[in-house]
Amino acid sequence: MIEIKNLTKRYGSFLAVDNISFNVEQGKILGFLGPNGAGKTTTMRIVTGFMPATNGTIEVSGYNVQKDPIEVKRRIGYLPETPPLYVDMTVEEYLGFAGRIKQISSREVNSKIDLACEKVAISDVRKKVIKTLSKGYKQRVGLAQAIIHDPEVLILDEPTIGLDPIQIREVRELIKSLAGNHTIILSTHILPEVGMTCDEVIIIRKGEIIAKDTPDGLAKSLQGSEKMAVVVEGPLEDISEIVKKTEGVSEILDSNFGNGQSSLILKCDFKYNVRQSLSKSFSEKGWSLLEMKVEEATLEDVFIRMMSESEGAKS
Amino acid sequence: MNNIITIFNREFKSYFSSPIAYVVIGLFLVLTGVFFYLLTSSFLQYAANLQWQAARMRQPAPPVNVNHMIIRPLFSNISVITLFVVPMITMRSFSDDKKTGTLELLLTSPVTTTHIVIGKFLAAFALYVIMALLTWVYPLVIIFFGDPDILPVSIAYIGIIGMGAASVGIGVWISSMTENQIISAMGTFVALLFLWLVGWFANFSSGAMSGFFQYLSIVEHFEDFSKGIFDTGHLMYYVSICGITLFLAHQSIESLRWRS
Repeated sequence: MIEIKNLTKRYGSFLAVDNISFNVEQGKILGFLGPNGAGKTTTMRIVTGFMPATNGTIEVSGYNVQKDPIEVKRRIGYLPETPPLYVDMTVEEYLGFAGRIKQISSREVNSKIDLACEKVAISDVRKKVIKTLSKGYKQRVGLAQAIIHDPEVLILDEPTIGLDPIQIREVRELIKSLAGNHTIILSTHILPEVGMTCDEVIIIRKGEIIAKDTPDGLAKSLQGSEKMAVVVEGPLEDISEIVKKTEGVSEILDSNFGNGQSSLILKCDFKYNVRQSLSKSFSEKGWSLLEMKVEEATLEDVFIRMMSESEGAKS
Repeated sequence: MNNIITIFNREFKSYFSSPIAYVVIGLFLVLTGVFFYLLTSSFLQYAANLQWQAARMRQPAPPVNVNHMIIRPLFSNISVITLFVVPMITMRSFSDDKKTGTLELLLTSPVTTTHIVIGKFLAAFALYVIMALLTWVYPLVIIFFGDPDILPVSIAYIGIIGMGAASVGIGVWISSMTENQIISAMGTFVALLFLWLVGWFANFSSGAMSGFFQYLSIVEHFEDFSKGIFDTGHLMYYVSICGITLFLAHQSIESLRWRS
């Protein structure tokens, strides 16, 4: 659906996007993850035809952005970081304009407005002037603008930025419900967002792709050596002694003693039955095991690790 | 064509959804009204004087020319006032879209930059034409009480509207270069003022330069229209200024895509 090959963008001598390539299949949600200034917005703006690439080809539904910009723009709905709203207009007038400019015939435009308002749940504010709306509503009006012409591709630049937690959840649900009919690229620097909404994640840093996988796959790539927290009722030295000998425990990262309880944080390899052997040896000694918790790697860990790894590789 | 109409409609309505259109038209009519009042008053005084003198000499009063004494100077004044008013009309044109980010909506929609530029120009121009045509009340008053020639009045209006096309084109072009409305208005004002004053330079230069300055001057071209002389050459000047500036606006918007 979207094919990007060797995309490069320079602003003068500054390299904003460095030779990136990726595809998005129909009906999928691709998350574009990266710190601020990584080149997310630039990439999206190039895909929408807002600005040209220095190098590389972009195809949307088989149309080349450079050669057929109008055909591509017909098929794309775009929500920039700040929703492009004419705040003096009412929601209805604004969507009417957006629909007309996106080539919806005047006969159909009203039914399309109804549909878009319903999808993003703004039917109750249709007659209101946009500048009187709350930030959450404005964001949704922006989203309605992007979907009004029922585009094959949706490009959403930080769609949840500046919203309160409830609104964020609503917008996420909304985006999920739009997938299937639409192919979506969304950018964010909020990690849980990607895990919750996307089928695939691209992590981008300083204009380069440093990882591309499913959210689960990325989290799994860190697994194998995970952290585990253990709290046992018993003397710390003896416990540490036994833990160290247990097969699969590679390191004690941290240990504490207080109120007759020892708490340890271990680095383990779960190829071995670490948990079983630990609990067995504790009970043999007569120490009660109070807590045992595997700390799974989150996307956050992956992200931070990848950022620091590629930082190390560069310097 | 549909795209141009869509953009025109939104743009034109936006003038009336903010106070801009009302304030601009209001101020324009007040200013032109003041000039009309002053011109008419001094005309009446002059005519009364003549009559009084003629009566003293026991002779019939000589005829006075309304066109010459009221209408021609009135149009000169109107053309000066547009110099101040056009920047207010065009200052938001592109600047506002650049500032609020709505330009991103326009440029990622399936319309060409040409459509956007023409749509925006026509909206500003339409407001200008409405404003200019509202001044018809002044000649109407004269027609009611006097006996002016209508044809020169109509020709003067062609001149006013042609000059508006050129000025609005300049304003739209300048607003495409900045996201700041004040800079946009100020820049347009200075550009228009320059085109007014450039005629003076002609007095202090000679030969080809003098002719060139003369040609560039907006006043010079309006002079004939206000006298009721229709010359396609002058109209061509306005149309070319308008065409060139709209082309430049197009280029400046396109270049945004490359720089931003």
